[in-house]
Amino acid sequence: MRRRTLLYGAMAAPLLAACSGQSEGKESGGRTTLSYGVWDVAQVPGLQKVIDAFEKENPGISVRMELTPWSSYWTTLKTAMRGGTAPDVFWMNAVNLQLYASNGVLEPLSGHIKSDATPVDRHPDALVKIYAYQGTQYGIPKDFDTIGLWYNKALFDKAGIKYPDATWTWDDVRDAAAELTDPRRRVHGMAAEMDRQAQLYPAIHGAGGYVLEDGKSGFGDERSIEGLRYWTDMIDRGWSPPQSAMVESKARNRFWSEKAAMVYEISAFSGQYHAVPAIKDHGGVTVLPKGRERATIIHGLANVISAKSRKKEAAWKFVHFMAGRKAAEIQASAGITISSYEGTQDAWFKSMPQFDLKCFVEMLEYAVPYPSSKNTAVWENLQYPLLGAAFSGKGGIESAARTLGEQMDRALKGERA
Amino acid sequence: MSVFPSTAAAKKAGRSKPAASCSPKSRNQKAAYLFVAPLGIGFAVFYFWPLLQTFFYSFTEFGAFGGNTWVGTDNYVRVLKDVTVWQALGNTLIYCVIGLLALPLAIGVAALLNRRGLRGVAVYRALYFIPFVTLPVAVGLVWNWLYNGDYGLINEVFEWFGADRRYWISDPSTAVYAIGTVMVWSTTGYYLIIFMAGIKGIPQDYYEAAELDGAGPLRRFFTITLPLLSPTIFFASIICMINSLQTFDLIYIMMAEKNPAIGDTQSVVSLFYKWAFIENAQGAAAALAFLLMLIIAALTLVQFRLQKRWVHYA
Repeated sequence: MRRRTLLYGAMAAPLLAACSGQSEGKESGGRTTLSYGVWDVAQVPGLQKVIDAFEKENPGISVRMELTPWSSYWTTLKTAMRGGTAPDVFWMNAVNLQLYASNGVLEPLSGHIKSDATPVDRHPDALVKIYAYQGTQYGIPKDFDTIGLWYNKALFDKAGIKYPDATWTWDDVRDAAAELTDPRRRVHGMAAEMDRQAQLYPAIHGAGGYVLEDGKSGFGDERSIEGLRYWTDMIDRGWSPPQSAMVESKARNRFWSEKAAMVYEISAFSGQYHAVPAIKDHGGVTVLPKGRERATIIHGLANVISAKSRKKEAAWKFVHFMAGRKAAEIQASAGITISSYEGTQDAWFKSMPQFDLKCFVEMLEYAVPYPSSKNTAVWENLQYPLLGAAFSGKGGIESAARTLGEQMDRALKGERA
Repeated sequence: MSVFPSTAAAKKAGRSKPAASCSPKSRNQKAAYLFVAPLGIGFAVFYFWPLLQTFFYSFTEFGAFGGNTWVGTDNYVRVLKDVTVWQALGNTLIYCVIGLLALPLAIGVAALLNRRGLRGVAVYRALYFIPFVTLPVAVGLVWNWLYNGDYGLINEVFEWFGADRRYWISDPSTAVYAIGTVMVWSTTGYYLIIFMAGIKGIPQDYYEAAELDGAGPLRRFFTITLPLLSPTIFFASIICMINSLQTFDLIYIMMAEKNPAIGDTQSVVSLFYKWAFIENAQGAAAALAFLLMLIIAALTLVQFRLQKRWVHYA
């Protein structure tokens, strides 16, 4: 008898917890409270300003941010989805869009966009496409980032080299890297970290290769390998620290402490570069140098609505507002990230006048969308373990890239099965 | 599994008197069951039921957001065919061997701390025990600083002796041992406490008799302490082996995603985590977990079989 009641109690406990979790986000005094899932703590103050503006326009709705750190964001979200406690509106990235959309857990937005004339066309096309799946739009971008070449003016002056600009090619970078490297002071010309978004993908496309096309991997492609070799060469020649060293102090940390003269970096980190006094004083940024082709990778976050949300109308109002000019301007002036709404970037440029941030927007012309498929994480997780040795100065990038291509193709085949 | 040796060890340690044997009276039996019930229920709900579920899930494929389909033995085929699984298994066995080094270390220190007339034993005991109760996250972060190739303390020390700087945890040839060292460092204190209690349980008469016969400290250690401590060692070695086979947190904290040594340090459980929570392959992950359970069970069985050869119950 006693045992049974105990058991029932044990079973009821999580149920109760789940209920209270749900009702928490529901209505309080006639107002609808939306939950908004985000992962970047640096954006919270800026977003709060956007939310304040939205609440002013929509007195019946309030928005509560739910911050989950990046390291656990996706695991938490997936669990919350299963349990029915996911936020009403939340951040989505390219890696996960197709996985979520194909499983039907995202609200299709195409109908809403049409009826409310949401200005989706004012956002970069390459970016908007990332958030469509099988012809239906599931998310609207809020910001975007591209990759630029950062350089340390003081180190360039010392070596007597002209600063990088839009005319630079890979050869110029190589020459400069060789000149700037000073083993005695442990300064490297370049920090060629093994990072897919900031280094691997831009170089692969810059060499005329590709990462993913028509459901096939491009890592085995000759030109892609040439792009990867651009990095491993610099490591082999000692112009960049090997990956094993950069695990312990990241490329950007090396640049900040003036131990690396150049680095490729995502625009979203500009604010953090600005916060380092030395870099604010004599750091510079320009477009990526030209390889065989001009290329950079564009990615950005989008707002999506959970298909299980019970407040879809209010949720749509919020997403619609976030897609507009007003929200974009508030966001840009907070200086955290580039708003994706066309022509609202001025405020972001002005927030860090020391840097020529315009280059990040100039690159939109030839920006390649961040590659993704239905289960992107599976093949992306193959990259670092397989390329690690070659990026640590052990050589063999050709065979490593080919093996990666084969394994990635197998993973992609698994997605379709 | 560990219930039997732990009571044996506790008996040796003199911590508990052997309980009155279960009387056939049903009243006593009822009371006994009632006392065991909380543990039993906890075990059933949190261990046995998940175990059954894991076994079931290992034959299915998960949808990313719930719902699963039966796939038969596909997951087991995948596990057995995957090179990374075998690599992880190899690494895990290395961790297990390194982890067991904590035992002789703990026995040695315990014997030293049990010398008569030693002052400040409580302080030493606490110092050794602190690493064990420190959160693995904190331990991992601190050791990452120590190991750091650019400004780590360990490299500084090595440089005094003229050795080269190394990237300890991102060089595949040293990473697994670097992590193993931290493992030993953080668990030695735990076994130290167990062994100190075990040594305390050995009657002083034996030592006095041996001393009269002219046995030196080393002789006394090897002929009295070690044999009479063997049940405790047996218990500790089983616990230690199971713990090292389940190594996860240190690897998770210390090995960054981009670490080129990741394949050489990944344990079975960290591979399980990657499959289940990053790659959405819960079914295959369940199969992997089940395989690990079988391995642990087999190795524990072997240890139980071998105990007759070296464990003395006085």
